[in-house]
Amino acid sequence: MDLSWSSEQQQLRDSVERWVAQSYAFETRRKLVASELGWSRDNWRQFAELGWLGAALPEDFGGIGGSAVETLIVMEGFGRGLVVEPYLSTVVLGANLIAAAGSAAQKDALLGAVAEGKCLLAFAYAEPTSRYEPFNVQTRAAKKGGGYALSGHKCVVLNGGGADRLIVSARDGGAVRDHGGISLFLVDPKAKGVRLKSYPTVDGGRAAEVWLDEVAVGAADAIGPIGGALPLIEHALDRGIAALAAEATGAMVVVHDTTLDYMKTRKQFGVALSTFQALQHRLVDMFIHCEETRSMALKAALEVDNADPQARARTLSAVKVQIGKAGRAVGQEAVQLHGGMGMTDEYKIGHYFKRLSLIDTLFGDVDYHLERFARAG
Amino acid sequence: MDLSYSPEDIAFRKEVRAFIDETLSPATREKVKGDRHLAKQDFVDWQKALYRKGWIAPHWPVEYGGTGWTPTQRHIFEEELAYGHCPRIIPFGLKMVAPVIMKFGSQAQKDRYLPRILSSEDWWCQGYSEPGSGSDLASLQTKAVRDGDHYVVNGMKTWTTMAQHADMIFCLVRTSSAGKQQEGISFLLIDMHSPGVSVRPIKTIDGSAEINETRFDDVRVPIENLVGEENKGWTYAKYLLGHERTGIAGVAHSKEQIKRLKQIAGAERAGDRSLLETPRFRDKISNVEINLMALEMTELRTVYAESAGRAPGPEASILKIRGTEVQQAITELLFEAVGHYAFPVDDDREGSNEPPIGPDYAGRLAPHYFNWRKSSIYGGSNEIQKNIIAKLVLGL
Repeated sequence: MDLSWSSEQQQLRDSVERWVAQSYAFETRRKLVASELGWSRDNWRQFAELGWLGAALPEDFGGIGGSAVETLIVMEGFGRGLVVEPYLSTVVLGANLIAAAGSAAQKDALLGAVAEGKCLLAFAYAEPTSRYEPFNVQTRAAKKGGGYALSGHKCVVLNGGGADRLIVSARDGGAVRDHGGISLFLVDPKAKGVRLKSYPTVDGGRAAEVWLDEVAVGAADAIGPIGGALPLIEHALDRGIAALAAEATGAMVVVHDTTLDYMKTRKQFGVALSTFQALQHRLVDMFIHCEETRSMALKAALEVDNADPQARARTLSAVKVQIGKAGRAVGQEAVQLHGGMGMTDEYKIGHYFKRLSLIDTLFGDVDYHLERFARAG
Repeated sequence: MDLSYSPEDIAFRKEVRAFIDETLSPATREKVKGDRHLAKQDFVDWQKALYRKGWIAPHWPVEYGGTGWTPTQRHIFEEELAYGHCPRIIPFGLKMVAPVIMKFGSQAQKDRYLPRILSSEDWWCQGYSEPGSGSDLASLQTKAVRDGDHYVVNGMKTWTTMAQHADMIFCLVRTSSAGKQQEGISFLLIDMHSPGVSVRPIKTIDGSAEINETRFDDVRVPIENLVGEENKGWTYAKYLLGHERTGIAGVAHSKEQIKRLKQIAGAERAGDRSLLETPRFRDKISNVEINLMALEMTELRTVYAESAGRAPGPEASILKIRGTEVQQAITELLFEAVGHYAFPVDDDREGSNEPPIGPDYAGRLAPHYFNWRKSSIYGGSNEIQKNIIAKLVLGL
């Protein structure tokens, strides 16, 4: 057991924090969110040059060979700035999934390109009626020729709009909620039969609805075993949760610091709000939530690649429950303690609140993960 | 960054477990398991056994008799003590006054008291709270007036846990009324066998009498029993509280209690299934387990920061707050779990041939729940801990 950063990790922390502080001021972000693309390709190029896109990818395929701890470091920094570039969808979900289960040809074609910033990925696993169950798949993969024809509707695909490849879950057999019969395919969004509607999300990001109508894919486009991809999907989503925990840590720290500063300067009844004990204790409660989220984010990063999927599921669901509750509590309290200012679009605190609210929803909310936690024993 | 145990750590865990199995008396273990009353001798025998093994004070510096273990080994040791149902190590000497003596005491005090604390020859208790001074501890009124080579102490301390067993008490006393109230407090070591010391038990809502009122009537204390400087006692007291808070999280004990809770909830019926299988009760357990997981990780972060040379800061108050919240939540769920059989009064049945009323595990759970309400009050109430964080961490 060891809980200290290596010197490389410490350098990465410094570099991400510095970049976010210098290049991602709140007003800069606001302009990016309002732009047509919704994020910055120039930033993305910088991430590639700084080595962040490949930080956790294998060295054989253009990465740096780090682990989930490197992802944690990057995501915590991004959480501080509410960074909207498609890191979560492309690197955390997409590239890691291909690195873990893709064929040699898929890794060759995609991982180096991701690390260089030349390829964007999106993970299309959710459906309008699946809620948070990754095995609740209606999209069909019908055998056709040497490959498959995919038909169905994938919903709220994060950064689906700009993606070069979609990773789509589809069923070639079994009932809608069966754990077997699920496969993953790489789909070119420009292929015939793909219809995609991109839209902005309430937390400043982008997502897309994806409709597939007899979209032809080859057998070589399958990621992992045909009919046996659920464990890969579960692991990918657990990686997503670990990354979200780190993002939530960064966001919550900023929320807490900002609220604290506000309370120290805002005067009512002739004194600073921070002099009232009722409010002090609420700031302390927020602080405790932040520290616990930091603890859980670290635990998530250190256990997300645990070889025992049951133990991993238990830990990551616990993490998701904790960050969901803490993120909501901290976000809501920050808005409340800011009074009317917390309600304004102009001020940053509401934007952090919105992102923290959606972090609870993403990859399954508190209720869903309480259930999964208990099932995992 | 790594959370896994090395082969050496795993071997260490085995060694600790084997030692406990060989050494702890089965009768004592059963008492701990069932929350039964432990006699002074039960505690002392166990502590002396750990002393003989050299394991009684893992957190002490090696030169005073510490073990020199890594934070991971200490973590494992704490877990095994809890999983093995060992009596808790009485903290007043080993964890509370000893660090103060090491840091601020005279050489003579170190030579005299530390070995006797280590060997459990002396039983210590704590004289902080007074009837009129609880959270506002610095308002304390117990007076120590210098008379030649002695202080003459008069006053009343309260909530003195296990004072009935104690040979020594470390006391905060007022030696000056000038200036701020914090600046007139001294830290005094008093022999409980001195003439003028009297102890009266206070029965608590769980029916036990673990705490006391301790009175001092013209008690003469040699001046060499003053720790550090006169009127600097508040500084030493705060130092001690920092140490008290890190130990107070009780992570390993709570893990063991969750296992117990699951066993009991698994045995209790609720309709056509066990209580453990009802989603509403199961979710309550899950929420506590998740809070405990966050607490454990926060404690590990603190311990590793400490081993990297950073002292346990006021952040340790988090461990006190969350640790006691988790402990209390578990005792509450244990109480809920047994349903109607929370009702019967279960006087300690030691030596009794009467069969228990209801399931064997049920009898002590209501008193256990009542008793643990203390944990958010003692050691600096959780509200005081929040004040500490507000002031020292958040700068409010």
